[in-house]
Amino acid sequence: MNTNNTEPLVNNNENLTIALAGNANVGKSVIFNELTGSNQIIGNWPGKTIERAEGKLHFEGQDIRVIDLPGIYSFSTYSLEEIVSREYIAFEKPDVVINVVDAAVLERNLFFTLQLLEMEVPLVICVNQVDIAKQKGIIIDTEKLEAALGVPVVATIAIRGEGLHELVEIATKIAHVKPKPSIIEYGGEVENRIKIICQRIKSLNLELGYPSRWVAIKLLENDPEIKKIVEAQAPDLIRLAYRYAGEIEKIHEEPFFAVMAAERYALANRIAFGAQLQSELKPSLSERLDMIVTHRVWGYVVSALVIGGLLFWTFVIGTNLSNLLSDVFSFFTPVDPQVAGPLVSIIWNGALGGLIAGITLVIPFVIPFYIMLSLIENSGILTRVAFMLDSAMHSIGLHGKALIPLILGYGCNVPAIDQTRILETRRERLLASYAITFAPCAARTIVILGLVAIYVSVWWAIALYAIDLLVIFVLGRVALKAVPGETTGLIMEMHSFKTPSLSVALKQTWTRTKTLIIFVFPIYILGSAVMQGLYAFGVLTPVNAILAPITVFWLGLPVITGVLFIFMIVRKEFTLLVLVAIFGTHLAGVLTPIQFIILALVGMLYTPCLSVLTKLAVDFNWRTSITIGVANFITAIVIGGVMYRIINPFF
Amino acid sequence: MSSIEKSTPKKITPSIQEYLETIYKLSHNGERVKTTKISKNLEISPGSVTQMIKKLEELGYVNYSQYKGVKLTKTGLKEAKKVTRKHRLLERFLRDILKLKDNIIHEQACEMEHSLSDEAERAMCQVLEHPDKCPGESLIPACDFPFKSCEECMTHRSEEVSEVGKRNENLIPIMELKKNQEGKISFIRGDYKVIRRLLDMGITIGAMINVIKVAPLSGPVEVAIRGSKLAIGRDIACNVFVEIEE
Repeated sequence: MNTNNTEPLVNNNENLTIALAGNANVGKSVIFNELTGSNQIIGNWPGKTIERAEGKLHFEGQDIRVIDLPGIYSFSTYSLEEIVSREYIAFEKPDVVINVVDAAVLERNLFFTLQLLEMEVPLVICVNQVDIAKQKGIIIDTEKLEAALGVPVVATIAIRGEGLHELVEIATKIAHVKPKPSIIEYGGEVENRIKIICQRIKSLNLELGYPSRWVAIKLLENDPEIKKIVEAQAPDLIRLAYRYAGEIEKIHEEPFFAVMAAERYALANRIAFGAQLQSELKPSLSERLDMIVTHRVWGYVVSALVIGGLLFWTFVIGTNLSNLLSDVFSFFTPVDPQVAGPLVSIIWNGALGGLIAGITLVIPFVIPFYIMLSLIENSGILTRVAFMLDSAMHSIGLHGKALIPLILGYGCNVPAIDQTRILETRRERLLASYAITFAPCAARTIVILGLVAIYVSVWWAIALYAIDLLVIFVLGRVALKAVPGETTGLIMEMHSFKTPSLSVALKQTWTRTKTLIIFVFPIYILGSAVMQGLYAFGVLTPVNAILAPITVFWLGLPVITGVLFIFMIVRKEFTLLVLVAIFGTHLAGVLTPIQFIILALVGMLYTPCLSVLTKLAVDFNWRTSITIGVANFITAIVIGGVMYRIINPFF
Repeated sequence: MSSIEKSTPKKITPSIQEYLETIYKLSHNGERVKTTKISKNLEISPGSVTQMIKKLEELGYVNYSQYKGVKLTKTGLKEAKKVTRKHRLLERFLRDILKLKDNIIHEQACEMEHSLSDEAERAMCQVLEHPDKCPGESLIPACDFPFKSCEECMTHRSEEVSEVGKRNENLIPIMELKKNQEGKISFIRGDYKVIRRLLDMGITIGAMINVIKVAPLSGPVEVAIRGSKLAIGRDIACNVFVEIEE
């Protein structure tokens, strides 16, 4: 069978597709942002909870689609990211795949490159971050690398845009020419068996969608997905592959997949060393920084400063920005909820209120948070924080890497839950997501600041954060008991420190905020309108009476706060907003200091807002989402009541 | 039984084993141990301890200096690890399989460790699915069979210990490597699921690995492997074993 016939001839001049593939943290997203600018659609892979980033690039009269595949190390552990990536490459057949590799750690990156070569896609290698490699004394000879791999190689410094023009130029050329993919052979006894199975697949004319040689390798590696596909058409092949794999296992005393991994790494090592000139390794600035950042004492100080600094920066900038925006908006329209008059007017007012609240209360906190987070993330310091705090995270059944989504939760829980995909198992994603629902997001921060910091004292606001950390820790332990299982150990690449780029951070912030606006604002507006309608028609008044045993008796709050407990599920800021709507800004006359503290505490721990519940339902299922919602409700009420009784004597 | 005798030519008495086990337990990462510490731990008078230590030195198990203390030799370390391994495996066996109460398993294991054959040790490890920690959370040393993985041991389960042979070098978990000490990955304990993840990150049998830093508070280790740096959690680092080339 002639494999060339299977190539699609559809994509000629218009609409070329480029896919970016590579390990995590090699600058793939930077390249994606540089190429596509703001022309991006962030969605999900069909049927999967993995983010799919697609963008458009206009290059020398051509429209090019750019797909940013998830950052992965291999095609073999069957994580969702890996399956999404390999199915995309095999079935959607991008015109060219750009494999982004980190120049400083070439060997590790080439391990994945070899697997891309096995997939026989038109490939271009982008050796990125050559500047950082140079600082370490590593220089890559792109010509030698090109000769060894048989595909074009372009050196880039993506963060400064260097080499990207050439990269796209060569990529489009390759996309048009679609040269016969080069095949890199493995060791004799392995290669012979791959060849025989490959020949059999070709002679049988199987409809597999994947290249024959790749299928042969995967069959030998005992890949369950591929076995399933082949089983239906040629069960004999499975048996043959099984026998061959057994023979290799006899020779090497290791399972075939381990032999294959060793083969690939041996080859990657040979190619990397053939193509890199390494002058004497000098202790780079990065390594000297590492001495402090992972120091047994200073490491923790730095970790605390990073997380604390991020939150402090968010509060300071956020509060100022929020005040500024509120002033601007109060010019146009009153933010006071309208609770009487014609229905349309009330609903319209509610919708507008929701929109304005979103703009004046959430955006000012979320944007500065994300800018700083991106800077911190891109500098590489977060990996060190994860390294230092790994053992602490273990006590709640997670490893150090889970810290990254958890910190993200302080901005908004929704993207944070999304980010839990960096964890290995569903169980860990669930545990992390649960912990995240207690991370006081920007909206909850507003409530804490708006109620406690202003009307009671800053120290009580800080105390609430401390209580929150304690709650995350204790409930994390409880959840661990409820969802038993083994905790996956940490394996994380420690990248060198990089000087973060502000423009990259701004672009990332924009992408993140955009998703938030698309996902959350409709709920804000709709929920706000509906709630206001219900409230105006007195539907919610009985709620106060029903909830009185909880609010008045157990929590010591005024009876009017009952309705807040409904509003809080829609949006946390409503806690503040509704109070102001009903009482005006003279809240000090209505609530006592204890009531402020208890209300903020309950709000902080309460059932997460609708957007988070929806996100949980999408990523897990509704049952999980509702369970977490109910668990948080109970937690908030119990802790609120206990706290009320503890602090009451002090006031 | 004769085959086992062959693989351990020197006759080791239970009391020697007990001493080696104690020295191993008391020395962190191969540091020297003071005889007073040993005497306290075994509840034997310092005089008798010194006498026994001298005997151990004659047999080639330890190096002894009056002022610096005792240090296990390569052979001594091997024997110490073997008996420690048997002890900790037995503890797991008594607790997990026989469901004995925690308060008796230690003493029971102490008695049984000296008579446990290598064959029984291997079978016990297989039944317990290659445990890495004893009930007291101490690490169970790796076995001294020349396998690269537990899976390999399982596929060869029909072969007897004498056919399987012995590993010459001592296996050290990367967790116990000293800073900047380099070793060759020679054995990975655990099931395929863990091993697959390790393989993808370049932690393969035969690769050279170097410890850069150990995080405090039983945190992870940072290692250099294949030209890049990885943070490896303690639970994994306890199960990746290296041989150190001298």
